[in-house]
Parts: sequence; C-alpha cells; structure tokens
Amino acid sequence: MVEVLYFAWVRERIGLAREQVETEAKTVADLVAELSAREPRYEAAFADTSALRVALDQELSEFSDPLAGVREVAFFPPMTGG
Amino acid sequence: MKISVQSAPFDFAAETASFGQGRDDVGAVVTFTGVVRDDSGDLEALELEHYPGMTEAAIGKITEQAMARWQLADALVIHRHGRLAVGEPIMMVATAARHRVAAFEAAEFLMDYLKSRAPFWKKEHMRSGTAWVAAKEADEDALNRW
Repeated sequence: MVEVLYFAWVRERIGLAREQVETEAKTVADLVAELSAREPRYEAAFADTSALRVALDQELSEFSDPLAGVREVAFFPPMTGG
Repeated sequence: MKISVQSAPFDFAAETASFGQGRDDVGAVVTFTGVVRDDSGDLEALELEHYPGMTEAAIGKITEQAMARWQLADALVIHRHGRLAVGEPIMMVATAARHRVAAFEAAEFLMDYLKSRAPFWKKEHMRSGTAWVAAKEADEDALNRW
C-alpha cells in the first residue's frame, strides 16, 4: 500500500490530491502504467511522463526507480518556485 | 540558518535588520526579494501550491549546500504559498559571508535552485481565466553553472 499524491495540474486532471493505492508495482513506471489503465483521467494525466516529475518519500526521483519500501509517491509538473 | 514556508506576509525590513547580527566575521549581506509581477496587464492574483514536508526538506538541503560551499555565516529563506496579489512579495533570500562575492554567489545559487528544485507550482489567475505557469528551460539550464 502506498500513499500517492498529486500536485498542480496533475491533481486537477485526476481530480484528487491524494489516495491510497494497493499495488505490486516494482518501479514508478509500473505504477504509472497501472494507474493509467484505470480510467481516462489518469491516462490523460500520465500521457507524457517527460512533462512530469516524481518524488519518492519526498525525494526527487526517476521513473525507473524501484518502489520497494517506499511509503509516499508524488507526481507533479516541473517546479516553478522562487 | 532560518527557513520558513508560510502563507502570511513577511516583514522584509525586520528580517533584514536582524539577519547576520551578533557576528564579527560578517562583511557582506545580500538580500533578494521576489515580487508578484503582471506581464499581461490581466493578472488578478498568483496562487502558489506546494508540497508540505518536502518543501521544507528541499529548501533545507539546498540552503545547507550553500552554507557549506560559500562558508556562509548565515542564510535565510522565506517562501510564501497561497494566493498573492500583484506587487506582493513571494519570497526572500538573505546570505551573510565574509566577502561580497560569496554572499552574491550563494544568493544566486539559492535562487536558481529554489526556482527548479523547491516543490512549488504557480497558477496565474487572470480576468480571462487561469493557467499554470510552465517551467522555463532557461531556469533548468541555470542549474548547470553550479
């Protein structure tokens, strides 16, 4: 079970800020594929992962990274701070 | 070192007055303030979303790097979130060092990293609608110089 968080337009497109996901996904990319297969709104949000960033337990990570031991996954567009 | 992520306005004058005080080895203090600007003439407000927890951790890590690399005496980052009107300060950075080159460089480093590595997202509320601000390639490229 992982906590999945969505921010900015990813949150708006999916219509949720966070949810708990029961998954056996080995990597972030596997999780993205599982979520995308759920419903069109997920598919739309994850259509182009090159436009997205991912954080694992609040550390910026890669889509190829493993999910083993991870409690929190966050998807968001490139950051625009400052 | 002080880091604050807050929705409330901050008092730039008070923060600056107390920053780097009480140390005899500070010869240079640099401050930077980011302000909401309106390029289109149509902006009503800027909304900043962030990732509570990760935001503080990411800014802390970036600031610790700056402290070590430029041997800063002190560093301060205040970054706001929520809905901000045109002309309101969004954030401020202050650095204190022995010499000005270190203070200026560290402040620029902090700004470059906050732009692309602190989990904030800006949404423009215009009279004609809303739009998420896209990240600029130039901001990502700016990290390469460090």
